Amino acid sequence: MADLSALPGGKSPWQSAARFGLYTLLLIFAAYYILPLIVVLSTSLKDLDEIRNGTLLSLPTEINFDAWGYAWNEACIGVSCTGLKPYFWNSVAMTIPAVLISTLLGALTGYSLTKFKFKGANLIFAMILFGCFIPFQVVLLPMAQSLGYLRIANTVPGLVLVHIVYGLPFTVLFFRNYYVNIPDDLIKAATIDGAGFFMIFWRIMLPLSPPIIVVTIIWQFTQIWNDFLFGASFTTGGGQPVTVALNNLVNTTTGVKRYNVDMAAALITAAPTLVVYVLAGRYFVRGLTAGSVKG
Amino acid sequence: MMSLMTQKSIPAKQPISDWFRRNVAKLVVAPTFGLIIFFVYGFIAWTGYISFTKSKMLPTYSLEGFYQYIRLWKMTPWNVAMENLLVFGSLFILIAIVLGCLLAIALDQKVRAEGVLRTVYLYPMAISFIITGTAWKWILNPGLGIQNLVQSWGWESFSFDWLINSEMAVYTLVIAAVWQSSGFVMALFLAALRGVDSEIIKAAYLDGASLSRIYLVIILPTLRPVFLSCFFILTHMAVKSFDLVVALTGGGPGYSTIMPANFMYEMTFRRNQIGLGAASAMMMLATVMAIVIPYLYSELREKKNG
Repeated sequence: MADLSALPGGKSPWQSAARFGLYTLLLIFAAYYILPLIVVLSTSLKDLDEIRNGTLLSLPTEINFDAWGYAWNEACIGVSCTGLKPYFWNSVAMTIPAVLISTLLGALTGYSLTKFKFKGANLIFAMILFGCFIPFQVVLLPMAQSLGYLRIANTVPGLVLVHIVYGLPFTVLFFRNYYVNIPDDLIKAATIDGAGFFMIFWRIMLPLSPPIIVVTIIWQFTQIWNDFLFGASFTTGGGQPVTVALNNLVNTTTGVKRYNVDMAAALITAAPTLVVYVLAGRYFVRGLTAGSVKG
Repeated sequence: MMSLMTQKSIPAKQPISDWFRRNVAKLVVAPTFGLIIFFVYGFIAWTGYISFTKSKMLPTYSLEGFYQYIRLWKMTPWNVAMENLLVFGSLFILIAIVLGCLLAIALDQKVRAEGVLRTVYLYPMAISFIITGTAWKWILNPGLGIQNLVQSWGWESFSFDWLINSEMAVYTLVIAAVWQSSGFVMALFLAALRGVDSEIIKAAYLDGASLSRIYLVIILPTLRPVFLSCFFILTHMAVKSFDLVVALTGGGPGYSTIMPANFMYEMTFRRNQIGLGAASAMMMLATVMAIVIPYLYSELREKKNG
């Protein structure tokens, strides 16, 4: 935006100094953001002697993935020493259905609320939107009771239900705000041609939706994968998602403290969302921005 | 809405498929809306009700007025938690907004490698608070972390023990939370800066206004909605903070760094004080609503005016 370099005035020494200051500032903060990742990665590749005798910034003398293997297969989480592996798969099994179902329901609801407006549609949207704002603490207790009542406490399906329900306000918000900008004429024309509700959704809305689908899936994926509160409240032992298991692994106090294993475990837990971010960062940013723009 | 499910007024002469065609949108919205009514509104009502009872391990249903709320506000840990929320929240919000805004302006100066820098600033947002806490706990631990690093550079007397110092530990939460969230604030500001009309700026520049003046007087005031959005989102995050405390300080030393969310969890799931837990949850809801409602109100009013 503020492209002032093209303006008259030329490059004075003062301007060069300002430029230098600008880059210094940018690089200092780049270091603030990137160094923790480098420190964690390099710690995970060291052995314990190297960690004790070196400093945070000393690099590993040789690349050693032992800590990664240990964190994945053997590390003790509470009393069971299975590594992160089963918990990682719990998270996968929880995240995929929860993301897909909440996205599909969000799309259908957003479509109905904008293109087949019925009386009270706006009120219903406002009431759904309210769910974005609540601190989840107000639903933890009844949810714990309900999951017990439905006999899905401490199971992956239980967590899937929780994440679908509390993801819906966001997915509805995303789709509703996207669909509201699609011209109604398209739908009218299709209706005149005799297309029904689902036909229009399938043939007209979905082909227009890839950008918002990607945004929603990435948003939901990061939210659900990174969740700790629901996992910690509704699961114990083998039913835990990986974020809860990571925390227990780090805080398991029996035996020698293996910092390298802690760091490897943290990176294993972070890997899926980091990969998504690197591959689709552009959409991720758009998702974040969309999430902050209220309907 | 629920009456839709049991609607009996299908006109006898029309085939069911006609009725279905006319009401299909409502039928599609019904499951989502039903879930929200039950799991959001119903659950809040239930938690609200329990907060007025003397429930301990199991819910009881005889109303006892404000018993739990009075008890709550007499408890030192709850008051510590609310103070921590205030200290942590205000510092976190202020620093994240100032830093995010500054970085967005800096990035907006046609810098080289902008894409790389933006990615570096923003990636922490993809990482969960549990991982953020785990990483910063390692970096800040006095034995092998930053303190050790600076001492190894020759400054032998350097001391940085905030993590285990009950006066300072709450500030470690600020460091880690700002690390995680300021990039997000930067992204929001950058998106808005890209939308500012460049003609106005060129005109001001040609009139002899300095770059800093252009930003302070012309650009920043137009970003008011972004400031508001950021303020609101960060406040929301601050009130909800739970995982970061668990992973970074564990609420300690003692209970010096607990937040309301940790208090609620402790009372509800560890100490069998569900009435008290419910009361603290309702206080958190009230705190969020005190911020959300004026915000939504101002948003809606702006939309009507604009």
